[in-house]
Amino acid sequence: MSSDGDNDDFLYEDEYDDEFDQDDIDSTSEPDVYDAMSPAMEEAPQKKPYDVSWKVKTLQEIIDMQNKEITKVQSLLEVPASSAAILLRHYVWNSEKLQEQFWNDPAQALEAAGLSPPSSPTTHTSTQPTGVFECPICCMEYDYPSTYSMGCDHRFCKDCWIEYLSGKIKGEGESAKIQCMESGCKRIVREEIIDDLVTHDISKRYHNLLNAAFVADSPTLRWCPHPNCEYIIECSQAPTRMLNQLVPTVQCKCGDDLCFGCGYSASHRPVLCRIVKLWEKKCADDSETANWLQANTKECSKCQSTIEKNGGCNHMTCKKCKWEFCWVCMGPWSEHGTSWYQCNRFDEKSGIDARDTQAKSRASLERYLHYFNRWANHEHSAKLDAEFYQKTEKKMEQMQNSGNLSWIEVQFAKQAVDAVIKARITLKWSYCMAFYLKRNNMTELFEDNQRDLERAVENLGYLLEQNISDTDSIAKLRQDITNQAAYVQKRHDILMDDTLRGYLEVSYSAGDW
Amino acid sequence: MADSPPGISAAPKDDNLRHFDVTVAGPESSPYEGGIFKLELFLPEEYPMNPPKVRFLTKIYHPNIDKLGRICLDILKDKWSPALQIRTVLLSIQALLGAPNPDDPLANDVAQNWKENQSAAIAQAKEWTRQYAN
Repeated sequence: MSSDGDNDDFLYEDEYDDEFDQDDIDSTSEPDVYDAMSPAMEEAPQKKPYDVSWKVKTLQEIIDMQNKEITKVQSLLEVPASSAAILLRHYVWNSEKLQEQFWNDPAQALEAAGLSPPSSPTTHTSTQPTGVFECPICCMEYDYPSTYSMGCDHRFCKDCWIEYLSGKIKGEGESAKIQCMESGCKRIVREEIIDDLVTHDISKRYHNLLNAAFVADSPTLRWCPHPNCEYIIECSQAPTRMLNQLVPTVQCKCGDDLCFGCGYSASHRPVLCRIVKLWEKKCADDSETANWLQANTKECSKCQSTIEKNGGCNHMTCKKCKWEFCWVCMGPWSEHGTSWYQCNRFDEKSGIDARDTQAKSRASLERYLHYFNRWANHEHSAKLDAEFYQKTEKKMEQMQNSGNLSWIEVQFAKQAVDAVIKARITLKWSYCMAFYLKRNNMTELFEDNQRDLERAVENLGYLLEQNISDTDSIAKLRQDITNQAAYVQKRHDILMDDTLRGYLEVSYSAGDW
Repeated sequence: MADSPPGISAAPKDDNLRHFDVTVAGPESSPYEGGIFKLELFLPEEYPMNPPKVRFLTKIYHPNIDKLGRICLDILKDKWSPALQIRTVLLSIQALLGAPNPDDPLANDVAQNWKENQSAAIAQAKEWTRQYAN
């Protein structure tokens, strides 16, 4: 983590503060249904300095955004809309850079983007020769109206164009960069030509691809990664350079969380995107298997079979090749002569070194497994979330029936489950974070927070599993659960607050991993 | 083919008209001069929207052609254009023999040798041409 708290970074904090104030006013002015019922549970969605603001956009809004830019450039540069679009795509929607280049040398800017110079004709509607034309691709003869040229002197029949464009769009998923069919010609095929020639389905796919490319090219846009969700998140507060200090968790309109920074399809707070990537790679590849082998096994010095010694003396006999050797010095047993079960080479430096590396490797493996198991446990619980909700719902029904509680009155249980699930996700990632954390004074604070939250979640989980017997116990249980849920929420917020603020203030640093 | 360029011939096989037997003569003043190289060329279903598949059958010592005869040539991959023809493809392959590009290698060992000891590599290419391409 860098420690350069330059002015840029502080500017961001100022922005947050402004929005914090605004949001605060908004949320207090909103009437809330559950407020009276369970005041302790209700958390006004306050904006923290480490939160980012974002907007969820529909596909139509994304199309409108592009059209707005295109219209602007179209009128500024006095070019057709489709040319403006091609120019903008070439300059990655940076209209200032485009204008600069264009006014510098219009012909060159058009050429670079794959457009014809302003003087030459752009479509087939311009002057056409008469007679028959032999398509250089399929070698068939055509009337000129059945052929197409993009003003680059390369003419082909419409059938070949259709086959080519359909293949590019459907087969190769190309959109903004489909060039003229002639070898080496860099002229880009315009939108209207494609729409005119290909079938409706393919044209639709073409436009989808264009939109996808627009979103992918924009650093402030990201598709929601959840299956079947077509929303796009817009966020301008999480540029790549901020990702060492920010974990820009956002929520899509589909109801699911995602990380705007890396596209992870759930919240991975409080861990930085960079660390999540490291962790995932570490958990996925088999480097840990190798680590285990290194810590627990040695190779037979003759046939190189991997051997795990699980007891007994140092006089080893390889099961495979029957070779007898000493586990300590790995030398042949015969050389040990009469010293029998005491290897006199034990104290040699090489022997000590070998044992040191083995011990170190074992310790690091144990450390990894410690954190991984806890991470995986929470990951596993998260998979049972649906079941947890179902069970709670049943219980809520039961409470309504036997305890004469209204629907609103039993919502506390669902809110408690929400709190547990949210806290578990955070806890899960806190183990990943702990694995990479450099040891210092802050680590202890972090671990205390982690332990408190873990305990609070356990207690609440236990309460939610309780059976409901009579009306009195329901009232008591409701009180307990509501209190405990509020406590979980509080511990959760403390942990988040502490770590995420910590990033901003650079008090946490990842170890050298 | 009637209008084959000099030093190049291509004829479809009797059993499969998409499958061509090709010969390419090594270009003058290249290490492959004097050699006649056999290739096979196959036109896939999607041709001409997709490029033909071409492979050397004769063993050749060239940084852009591997030991299976596969060719590293842009127009056979991403730079393919449906306006290119068998004729232009084979001309490009012939040109590749005249201008090996060890900076974009397919056969790494050949390319390395080419860069580190060009005269030895050229001698080797000449030797292989003499030995295999006759």
